[in-house]
Amino acid sequence: MTTKIIPPTFITQSEEQLDKGYDPKVAQGLMEFVKPYYGQMLFALALMVVVTAASVSGPYFVKLAIDEGINANDPIALSTIVLVYLLVSIAQLGFNYWRVRIMSRVGQHVLYDVRTTMFAHLQRLSLSFYNRYSVGRVITRVINDVGTLREFITWAVLAIVRNLLGIIGTLIAMIALNFKLSLLTFAVLPLMVFATIAFRKAARKNYRKVRAAVSWANSVLAENVNGVRVVQAFSRQQRNHQTFSGYVNRYFLETSLDAARVASLFTPVIDVLGALATALVVYIGGTAVLGESITAGVLIAFVLYIDRFFEPIRDLSRRFDTLQSTMAGGERILELLKTPIEVRDEENAKEMESITGAVRFEHVSFHYSDDPALVLDQIDLDVKPGETVALVGETGAGKTTIVKLLARFHDPTGGCVLVDGVDLRTVTQQSLRRQMGMVLQDPFLFNGTVRENILFGRLDAKDEEVIAAAKAVGAHDFIVNLKNGYETSVEEGGVTLSVGQRQLISFARALLANPRILILDEATSSVDTQTEHIIQSALATLLKGRTSFVIAHRLSTITNADKIVVIDGGRITEQGRHADLLEMKGRYYELYKTGFQE
Amino acid sequence: MKNLIRTAAFLKPYAWQVTATLVMLLTLTGLNLLVPRIIQNVIDDGLLRGDMTHLIRSALLLLGLGLGSALLGMGNRYGSEWIAAHVGYDLRNRMYDHIQYLPFSYHDHAQSGQLISRCIEDVRAIERFAGSSIPELVRFVLLTVGILAVMVSANATLAVISLLPMVPLILMTASFGTKIGKLFFAVDMAVGEVSNRLQENVTGVQVVRAFAREEYETRRFETANKDVFVKWLHVIDEWAKIMPTTNWLITIGTILILYFGGQMVIEGTLTIGAVVAFNAYLLMMAEPAQALTGLVNAGGEAAAGAQRVFEVLDTVPDIRSRKDALTLSALRGEVEFRNVSLKYQDEKVSSLSDATLQVHPNQIVALIGPTGSGKTSLINLIPRFYDVTDGAVLIDGHDVRDVELTSLRRQIGIVLQTSLLFSDTIKANIAYGRPDATDEEVFAAAKAAQAHEFIESFTKGYETIVGERGVTLSGGQRQRVAIARALLMDPRILILDDSLSSVDTQTEKLIQSALDVLMEGRTTFVIAHRLSTVRRADVILVMDKGRIVEQGTHDELLARGGLYKEIHDLQLMQRDGFEEAILEPILTEKPQHENTIIAGRSNSG
Repeated sequence: MTTKIIPPTFITQSEEQLDKGYDPKVAQGLMEFVKPYYGQMLFALALMVVVTAASVSGPYFVKLAIDEGINANDPIALSTIVLVYLLVSIAQLGFNYWRVRIMSRVGQHVLYDVRTTMFAHLQRLSLSFYNRYSVGRVITRVINDVGTLREFITWAVLAIVRNLLGIIGTLIAMIALNFKLSLLTFAVLPLMVFATIAFRKAARKNYRKVRAAVSWANSVLAENVNGVRVVQAFSRQQRNHQTFSGYVNRYFLETSLDAARVASLFTPVIDVLGALATALVVYIGGTAVLGESITAGVLIAFVLYIDRFFEPIRDLSRRFDTLQSTMAGGERILELLKTPIEVRDEENAKEMESITGAVRFEHVSFHYSDDPALVLDQIDLDVKPGETVALVGETGAGKTTIVKLLARFHDPTGGCVLVDGVDLRTVTQQSLRRQMGMVLQDPFLFNGTVRENILFGRLDAKDEEVIAAAKAVGAHDFIVNLKNGYETSVEEGGVTLSVGQRQLISFARALLANPRILILDEATSSVDTQTEHIIQSALATLLKGRTSFVIAHRLSTITNADKIVVIDGGRITEQGRHADLLEMKGRYYELYKTGFQE
Repeated sequence: MKNLIRTAAFLKPYAWQVTATLVMLLTLTGLNLLVPRIIQNVIDDGLLRGDMTHLIRSALLLLGLGLGSALLGMGNRYGSEWIAAHVGYDLRNRMYDHIQYLPFSYHDHAQSGQLISRCIEDVRAIERFAGSSIPELVRFVLLTVGILAVMVSANATLAVISLLPMVPLILMTASFGTKIGKLFFAVDMAVGEVSNRLQENVTGVQVVRAFAREEYETRRFETANKDVFVKWLHVIDEWAKIMPTTNWLITIGTILILYFGGQMVIEGTLTIGAVVAFNAYLLMMAEPAQALTGLVNAGGEAAAGAQRVFEVLDTVPDIRSRKDALTLSALRGEVEFRNVSLKYQDEKVSSLSDATLQVHPNQIVALIGPTGSGKTSLINLIPRFYDVTDGAVLIDGHDVRDVELTSLRRQIGIVLQTSLLFSDTIKANIAYGRPDATDEEVFAAAKAAQAHEFIESFTKGYETIVGERGVTLSGGQRQRVAIARALLMDPRILILDDSLSSVDTQTEKLIQSALDVLMEGRTTFVIAHRLSTVRRADVILVMDKGRIVEQGTHDELLARGGLYKEIHDLQLMQRDGFEEAILEPILTEKPQHENTIIAGRSNSG
């Protein structure tokens, strides 16, 4: 049965990308994280040598016991040999325990370091990074890809060393025991290596398909579970079931079977080869024993060694596979860490002094690094301390970019942004943003209590201050009516609160921060009339006495502004007060006519 | 455990495959048991007695056995995997279909991510357990029994002595299995916390930056990160203990055999070959015994997976068509609510109380009221997304609980608050409810929904893939595709759930005109925030705290001076200045703009 079902290309493509071969550059990059622990690793390696030696000596003790003790009819020699064997095995146990402990700790330390480094880097990446990278992708990088890195460090790297040591040790022991018999065993080796490589190749292709099947099934399920209400509303269940069982799940089944077919071949083939080696040794070695060129003990030890020789080879091929599969993850981690930080503090950046609130845009232009099209074109704007600026214009006109430049989420590509006459690029981001507040369109609340969410504006604020801020924006009334008042925990994404309530909490947060400059992106989503009323008066409180930039949607906010700035296609086309702009009968008038939201 | 046994029922269709696989396993184990015996003969009869032909025969026998067990091994392994893959296939189909039929009330509480991982991860855990763990376990049991029998029959004393270390080994493995499960659970929880921290930080990145809270966030992350580290160490310490110890216990077995067996050989009660064979048997058992740890783990995972799978499968979809359900033919479009109450599970207060309503065919019903007043609850009862707790909902005089669900829902078109599209072509999305629709019908629906123009502007037109992996449509574009999707159903009853709350004003205007077309000649329920729509409705329902507090036409309700008038006046007040400045001249210029100018937002669903 051949697989005729072909999953969509986006699935197969992403799986192909995942299937990187071994890449020394990536391995090198990852080893950078291991560097601080080289000393401990070296020590563990030394322990490993001792452990391997002890382990390899096992069959030799068996040989000694048979030849010197049992066959020689010498009970004392037998007891002595067995006792030494016991002591060696105890030593091996101790050293092995020590080694495993050291190595796994190193492994965990490295992973901890990688996660911390990634998070710290994420805190410094510009916001345009987050436009490209979804939340899910970031989490995949830090959780899943670091998880595969764990395989890389704790399993792949260490096991490879261990297996190599094991092979070398056994090799030495076998040759020392009897050179001819060793050659006999090695004769099977090329067959073994060939079989292993052929199998791995086939297996990899199959596993890639299985992974594609899993992610296909995952994405189909995700869509239909998330959209189950639409599925039911349009009565699509039967058809969906046909698609799932006939294509997606069928592909899952077929790829699993393909993989099973190859996998079920491998072990038996290797076993046959092992049996071949054993049979050869038994026959040739047996003849040698009869010819009295070797002892029975040597032959027995040899049969034991054969197994110990092949096992690490098998394991090695498995590890190499793991190593390869970690490459893609490792590469993505390094890629994230290499993403340049676009907005940096200059080396001699000063602390921003206490802001009075004068804002100037001088010939400011801006385009994103990956797109030469200008988002802002020669913006000139002069705002006096305490003024409220309403930015109006269509979606995509550049309103948001203006406030992002003011908060220095990006640096302008032309011209400069000045606060109190100081170019923003000459001061530290922290000192600037500590004096700024921002209220976003979709008010984001963190998991935690209502109090903690307001407190986010100023961590050291007292409870009275939190309550005062909530009262000032009219949020206190509904907060005290919540189940646990200010201690009510806000669930994931703030789902238990209405949009209006979340907005009020974010207002309180901004008010508590008491910023000199406030940036406010008014929400477009509708709230009921009563809440709308509260929000409008809260806005007045919030804007009072500070320089404010408002991306405005509410008519009342716009008409009350000291300065209305009309943006169109990245340029300021008109600015002035409401009445003056209306009189001009220009762009503002047009916008006004089609109706701002109330 | 109980759940794992229940999964065995899924093996039923594959009874003969299971039997064949078991027979192969049994034979395989028997062949394996012969190998040490042959080696023993080689040593005792071949080497010690100098019998050359015996040597040749043994070597050939070893090779033959190797080949035989290879074939059987192949068959057994493939058989197990085949069975597992088919059980997995069946389970996933069952799960998927079941989830599709689970009612809204279930999905309201279920996390979609969890449901998906139940279908994939949990089923795979069961598959793995059935495909490799169970055969291994059976093999271990068979081997143990076989080896015990062989050893005891050869020399009972040495058998007991040499197998002594297996007792602590099995005990340790078993206790490790139970302990490690808990430790891994702790790791998972810690990783989950790191993932939560991260998710919040990334989702709220603008807030974090805006308030310059990077250091604070980093500290919080490090606490969670440290916890992962510590929890992993707990796991690893257990590993570090058990892995070297099991190896050591096996070596101890060899040492015991050498010492006591050797004594017996010297005394003449045992042959050297037997000592070697004993050692070989011990090693043969050691591998599966060590794998027991993995088995216990896999078993635990599979049991947990099975429990979660059955949790879903055992949930009875309480909204299904009755056996004797009436298949509806074309509806007239009459909707009646008779003293309807609705209380969602786990909620203390009813979301709808004693709602009574009579709607004639082709009437437009507008619902207004504050958030949480029961508007969405009311409309969700019409396609029977939920069942009433009290009273009855009747369509054309039939209780919705008595009719065949598909025949009902196919005649109802719904545009939800946020319109979800699937990763497919725009055409397939519009034809979602009627996959057999012709291209002309699809285009006509798109045109009516004001979507045709923007769809044509894409290079691939209607074949453009949308959704997560395709072209990103704006909120307004998505909404119009969703409207076209509903329109193509040519529904007798149309439900619009606040479909305009998340689009900007210009788009709102476009969609509104699309909706006007859509509403013609159908019974329409609309959760509205535009006075223009509300005003035009044949019936306005003012809802508050789950009750219909006022019901009537615009003029009637205004005259009554209740909540409707209050909301109306509040909106009027809010746009007062606006009207004075601009309304008059525009109204005289372009009277058709009236709808948008009086745009008022009263509420959201």
